[in-house]
Amino acid sequence: MTGEAHVKIGFIPLVDAAALLIATHKGFAKAEGLDVELIREVSWANVRDKLAIGRFDAAHLLAPMAVASTLGLGHVRVPLIAPINLAMNGNAIAVSTALYAELAAEGEVAHPAQTARALAKLVARRRVEGRDPLTFGMTFPFSMHNYQLRFWMAEGGIDPDDDLRLIVLPPPYMVENLARGQLDGFCVGAPWSSVAVDAGIGVILHFGCEIFARAPEKVLALRESVADDDPSLVAALLRALHKGAAFVDDPKNLDEVSQILSRPEYVGVDAEIIRRVLTGHLRIKARDERADADYLIIGKDGAMRPDPRQAEWIYAQMLRWGQTRYSSEMADRAKGVLRPDLFDAAIDGAHSQREIGAFAGPSFDGRNYADYLASFAIGQRV
Amino acid sequence: MRASDIRELKIVIVDESPIRSLILEEGLREAGFTEVERIGEMHNLLKHIYAIDPDVILIDLENPSRDTLEQMFQVSRAVRRPIAMFVDQSDAASIQASVDAGVSAYIVDGLKKERIKSILDLCVSRFKAFSKLQDDLEQAKSDLEERKTIERAKGILMKAKKLSEEDAYKLMRGAAMRENKKIIEIARSVITAAEMFK
Repeated sequence: MTGEAHVKIGFIPLVDAAALLIATHKGFAKAEGLDVELIREVSWANVRDKLAIGRFDAAHLLAPMAVASTLGLGHVRVPLIAPINLAMNGNAIAVSTALYAELAAEGEVAHPAQTARALAKLVARRRVEGRDPLTFGMTFPFSMHNYQLRFWMAEGGIDPDDDLRLIVLPPPYMVENLARGQLDGFCVGAPWSSVAVDAGIGVILHFGCEIFARAPEKVLALRESVADDDPSLVAALLRALHKGAAFVDDPKNLDEVSQILSRPEYVGVDAEIIRRVLTGHLRIKARDERADADYLIIGKDGAMRPDPRQAEWIYAQMLRWGQTRYSSEMADRAKGVLRPDLFDAAIDGAHSQREIGAFAGPSFDGRNYADYLASFAIGQRV
Repeated sequence: MRASDIRELKIVIVDESPIRSLILEEGLREAGFTEVERIGEMHNLLKHIYAIDPDVILIDLENPSRDTLEQMFQVSRAVRRPIAMFVDQSDAASIQASVDAGVSAYIVDGLKKERIKSILDLCVSRFKAFSKLQDDLEQAKSDLEERKTIERAKGILMKAKKLSEEDAYKLMRGAAMRENKKIIEIARSVITAAEMFK
């Protein structure tokens, strides 16, 4: 890297792009000698393709999508690397008020294990009555939203591929479809579940962190070749993002960060909603709120340091839901997407990552995919 | 390529801009593709696409429903599996040109490379034609706005200084030359000043 480097970075307007947006807006990138050009995109497929053909140098990307692209799943194989996590968690599962009433009639709806069992009963009853299966929306096949929904449902005894419909919809359309009765629920990032709650048509059933405690949600992805060609550029970018995250995480900057992110060129939603997302304080239904400090994690507790175990775990979810077949070579390739070595070369004193964790099932061990997958009643095995 | 090959190919255009999709449809028809359908309504998109069962799907890159199409790669029960236009990377230039023009293609597996290329090239030229059309329209709009502003400023000067229309225009043009500005900028200053003196 010589002189000021121009770096084009694609992003989707979501609160979990906060570290990237703030690093650029507040001049942390400039201070590292980077002239960052942010490009707002409308679909994950666009982000991936523009990264693949070099129109973007880096991108805010769904963590499972970085793994999928590297493995060549659902698309051409473009090896990507993720030297930093941009966010853990941040999603929520919401259902229509009608479905919520039916679930609540089955009993307690506090714990995901309870709601999953209640949902399974409703699914079975609908089948007996000859009614259409339930339909849930999510944002991409290779997304944490998809895996969160599937993991949760399967714990109740539902086979998400046979017992109901899972469809991909752009987040802004989710609320509309819920209102029209074409969706019964969805798993999506902020602020879309809050929009459904505020409109009185949906109820937030669970935060994503109630399903998986620390799920790798978004990464900054680069083509493998970019990292090889210009390691000093990658290091500068990582330092800028790390400072951006620290600024976002500092409580005294909360108002300023919410205001900046609310701008139309960034996330473009009300600053108050962003504030609530950042503090993990959400309205889940009329006159009912829920708070969880882990609702969305940007940089705290060393969350930005990528952990290869996270990529292995993502690969395991892909295997479980039949998105790919197992091979030890693929497992190694998946593992290689997350690059703590690049992170450590740029940033001092990072903590090590905690386990991902789930509300049910065994803890995951990347050396033993077979046992992990065999411990679930529903899903593929190796 | 035999003429019958072209006729059999079913193409779907997914685009919320009716004018652009019409321009593209016309281009495809002129090139001999007769089975072309347009989808402008994004509700139940996959259902519509499965019903048509196309060989090629063209979608504009401003369309957030592109992610919905990506689900087609996952559905094992689908009769035919479409693939992304990127799968054959031998023609990277053509792919880059289409992304830059703002269009993407999904193609059913097994389609010949040269046919894909001809469709992509056509998309690129039609999308470019559309965006030129849009630019021209924008230009015409802003030209009209400028003319209106200059007329208004002229009227203000005629009234305030009791000038003829020609002299009012000359006055502004003289000021523009002296200050090295455009006449539209002088006209805007005249209007601003007049509003302050109200």
